[in-house]
Amino acid sequence: MKKIQRLEMRAISKSFHGIHANKDINLCVESGEILGLLGENGAGKTTLMNILYGLYQPDSGQIKINGKTIQINNPVESINQGIGMVHQHFMLVQNHSVIENIALGYKDTPFFFPKIKIRDKVEQFSKQFDFHIDVTKKIWQLSAGEQQRVEIIKALLNGADLLILDEPTSVLTPQEIKELIAILREMKAKGHMIIFISHKLDEIMDICDRVLVLQKGQIVGDADTKDTDKKSLARMMVGRDIVFNTTKEKLTKGKKNLSVENITVIGDKGLLAVKNISFELFKNEIFGIAGVSGNGQRELAEAITGIRPISSGKVKMNGKDITNKSPRYIYDRGVSHVPEERIRFGIAPGLFLYDNAILKQHHLKKFSKRYFLKYNQVKNHTKTIINEFKVSAHSINSQIRNLSGGNIQKLILGREISEQPQLLVASHPTYGLDVGATEFLRKHLLNLRRQGSAVLLFSEDLEEIFELCDRVAVIFDGEFMAVLNSDDKRFSDIGLMMAGSKRIDPMERKE
Amino acid sequence: MIKIKTTDRYNITTLRSFMTIILSLLAALVVISIIFLIAGANPVYAISEIFLGSFGSYYGIKETITKAIPLILIGSGLTLAFRAKFWNIGAEGQMLMGAIFATWTGLTFGEALPSYLIIPLIFLAGFIGGGLWGIIPAILKIKYSINEVISTLMLNYICAEFLTMLIVGPWKGKTRFGFPGTNNLPDSAILGLIPGSRIHYATLILAIICAIVLSVIIYKTRFGYEARVVGENPEAGKYAGINFLKTSLILMAISGGLAGLAGVGEVAGIHHYLGYPASISSGYGFTAIIVAWLAKLNPLYAVVSGIFFAGILVGGDAIQISLGLPAATVEIVNGTLLIFLIMGDYFLNNKITLRFSYGTKDSLKIGIK
Amino acid sequence: MVAGTPLLLATTGEVICERSGILNLGVEGVMAMGAVVAFIVTMTTGHPWLGVLAALAAGMMFSIIHAFASITLQANQVVSGLAMTMLGLGLSGMLGKPYVGKPLSIKMEDWVIPYLSDIPYLGEILFSQGPFFYIAIFLALGSWFLLERTRLGIQIRSTGENPKATETQGINVFKLKYLSVIIGGGFSALAGAHLSISYSKSWIEGMTAGRGWIAIALTIFALWNPARAIWAAFLFGGIFVVQYLLQPLGISPNFLAMLPYFATLLILLLMSLKDPKKLNAPAMLGESYKSGER
Repeated sequence: MKKIQRLEMRAISKSFHGIHANKDINLCVESGEILGLLGENGAGKTTLMNILYGLYQPDSGQIKINGKTIQINNPVESINQGIGMVHQHFMLVQNHSVIENIALGYKDTPFFFPKIKIRDKVEQFSKQFDFHIDVTKKIWQLSAGEQQRVEIIKALLNGADLLILDEPTSVLTPQEIKELIAILREMKAKGHMIIFISHKLDEIMDICDRVLVLQKGQIVGDADTKDTDKKSLARMMVGRDIVFNTTKEKLTKGKKNLSVENITVIGDKGLLAVKNISFELFKNEIFGIAGVSGNGQRELAEAITGIRPISSGKVKMNGKDITNKSPRYIYDRGVSHVPEERIRFGIAPGLFLYDNAILKQHHLKKFSKRYFLKYNQVKNHTKTIINEFKVSAHSINSQIRNLSGGNIQKLILGREISEQPQLLVASHPTYGLDVGATEFLRKHLLNLRRQGSAVLLFSEDLEEIFELCDRVAVIFDGEFMAVLNSDDKRFSDIGLMMAGSKRIDPMERKE
Repeated sequence: MIKIKTTDRYNITTLRSFMTIILSLLAALVVISIIFLIAGANPVYAISEIFLGSFGSYYGIKETITKAIPLILIGSGLTLAFRAKFWNIGAEGQMLMGAIFATWTGLTFGEALPSYLIIPLIFLAGFIGGGLWGIIPAILKIKYSINEVISTLMLNYICAEFLTMLIVGPWKGKTRFGFPGTNNLPDSAILGLIPGSRIHYATLILAIICAIVLSVIIYKTRFGYEARVVGENPEAGKYAGINFLKTSLILMAISGGLAGLAGVGEVAGIHHYLGYPASISSGYGFTAIIVAWLAKLNPLYAVVSGIFFAGILVGGDAIQISLGLPAATVEIVNGTLLIFLIMGDYFLNNKITLRFSYGTKDSLKIGIK
Repeated sequence: MVAGTPLLLATTGEVICERSGILNLGVEGVMAMGAVVAFIVTMTTGHPWLGVLAALAAGMMFSIIHAFASITLQANQVVSGLAMTMLGLGLSGMLGKPYVGKPLSIKMEDWVIPYLSDIPYLGEILFSQGPFFYIAIFLALGSWFLLERTRLGIQIRSTGENPKATETQGINVFKLKYLSVIIGGGFSALAGAHLSISYSKSWIEGMTAGRGWIAIALTIFALWNPARAIWAAFLFGGIFVVQYLLQPLGISPNFLAMLPYFATLLILLLMSLKDPKKLNAPAMLGESYKSGER
């Protein structure tokens, strides 16, 4: 007998620093149902679920299980009520083994020798759902899909009837996504209820029975998936029609810009992250690299920009060798970089805005004379960037960490573009940005392209890739599965390419 | 029921910073008084004695300034190192190394050269000595990932033993009161004092100049900028193309070098010979850490901060004599002050609100003025 | 052997503390407090074991200050630890002043384990030692067991590796950190107690002689594993002793005195050459953790 037959959230509201993250939300889900929560980044989906999971307290509203109002003050109480959550960023300890992580989360873990004692239970569970995981392996040795399964086991072991999944497919290959869907359907058949958070319309339509659409913290749509279609959902999500295919102007390719020849790069764990990749970039072009995060994109970007050593092969910029040169040398040759984890790599949080505005440019003549920095120039430059890129900040004298993520990203982009780079390496530049900022950024990338630069765009967002890029490569496990023009029909198999199941030999290229 | 809520504070004004420091110091004072009570001394008397002893008389002020000189020198050097998050606790050793280099230079060349030549030379030697001793931990950290807290500390002990080895062995000179030491420095190498005091003015001027120069370096130069970026976010530093090795070497050379200068001051200005390590460095290297912290890592403030702590040292000596409190008392005072300063930082960065359960009455408490 | 005992105690304590993510540089100060309290209490009451207990309590209470500053107030752990060292050394100096130079007449009898101690040579060394030796080994092994084979251990280690993940499981990260710091402090105080009532049976300012700092280095050397700490500590204890052995050979005593500190650096150097990645440090060591609300 399942603990939760019906769960209801009534009139839930929550604000942070005066901004409504959730406003008057009503939600209900029943046993054997998969409910989708659709919305863009920042719509309030995660906040709502964190309330359900006990990480946040609502400012007002109630939660009812089987008709009875209950209080959930912390995750332990949530777990006790039968709610389990698999977060978007896994809450796993990388250095510990699977068993240790499960033992951490399991409420009935015995005090002595926990690892040995719960092992049987875990393996029993795994068999039930057809998981195949070696429980002694360390987390960092597992694939994203496997790690997710560990999270699911953790939730189920604690007796979760309701499973909340927050953007579960963001780190999975298409094959793993299929496996996940099978698991979810299995759970549904067993009477569990699932709340599936996503911003991907295809998945919602495919998996969910019903869908709630959130926009800016409020419910703007509620439908059964069989009664609606992608376009209506998309409209509800954004508040306006999304055009699925923008046409970018056709430009003739310019001279060769970047040339990457057979490079191999070693990743953090000592294994090869980039295996023998070669490609060329030309002016007036945006070259996209599509693929699930973690297949070598970061290492490739870092290798080209000089942050990571290249083990073999060459990289040339305009004919000049930039292999393994210092980041500054490469920057001076015209290569700018918008890093993947912008807060982690792109700014010095405690320093002021104007300090950060010249982070990579501080050695240039226009900002420094011999040993001194010309702060007047620096401040003017900062003001220019802020205006042009519409960064909203109190003053340039405030610490940069007080800005919102989107504004920080805009500043970084402005900083990198300001020097008219010949090549811009952009790693997931629109990740985590709201619609407005995303549009803005994409517009600027297209501008760069028009002005004669080349752009190397790493993205997981296929819509973005095909909207912006002239040519697209698919990366899997450190290799290119295909390098084609973006309008090539063979990209209908892009899912297989991203999962490594299909490879298109460069010789086959239709040219 | 009282609910405590903390939120980030966005705008930290200088006034607020200042007030927080004052409050922290006062709070520390309360605790110190309690400790004094336990030790059997009248706290009011003790504390006033400390201040009178250091600032209440001509003699006191002179002594305070004398002791402030090394604190300012080392403290300002530390502000640079700490800003780059390089925890240099090896200032003691760097000081001693500077003293060693300076003594050697003074004893070897002092006879032959006139004052205006030998004195700059011994300062230079001291800077080099301290700088070299400071560079070693920088290399160890960058090339071998050795935690600088441990390496600088170990080097302190090593240098101290090395010094002792020198003065009982190859550099042994005349013995004073049964304690070993080198021979006196030749007259030309001895620093002039402000008449009637022990203030070796050359070093004093040097200290203030260094503080100013350092301030310029930190805020206005590229190097200072890079050091600050590295301290804030080493990853961003890598991305920005900052050469870690070069930056660390330079900043430790400066920090160590300044400590070395302090060492020269002590030997050439006060003792006139090289003796036991403890008598030369007297814990200045550690006290300077608090000096730097109180100065909020700003070399100009370090001047004031240095004088403040010098006052505590002098005052501490005073109450040792008058109240019979042990020498360790100063350590207690310093430690307590530091703890409260750290705690004060928290209130500076966070707003605390207490909410009482009946009704929605918000009562603002500590930290919001 | 005996020289290694305080190192082992302090290192074990610091390992527990650091595994939860908190760096405690105040070991030297806590040790000194433990030493002075143990001495005073033993002197006054005549019961060395009371002294030990008092030292334990004192160390734990003293560590609360560092815990409060580092955990609740999220202050810079390096500076906080340094402040603790100053405070500890200072306070102990002050409290101990009246007792300087007074020898302790009460002795702690060696624990002679029957039969085992009759093994020639080895028996003498391993099985008839002062009680602290056994306590140290017991605590080290016990800590290892706690960290690796119990639920609490997993929680502590996870806190040091990934406090966010740990908290999402509903575990009170702050409580765990506090616990680790306090236990760590207690152990370090025990190390001090050993020094004053068992090793030298006297009190003098500065008797800890940098052992606290060496213990911090040893935690790295032992790869944050209390069982490894056992032989690491005794290796170093040996170096301390070697000083005295080599003295009669005419080598400068100061040079010998440098040995332990040199050795520390040397070993850290060798370790880094062998394995440049130091994979074993708890991932979030020294980082302040702010709970929840983003």
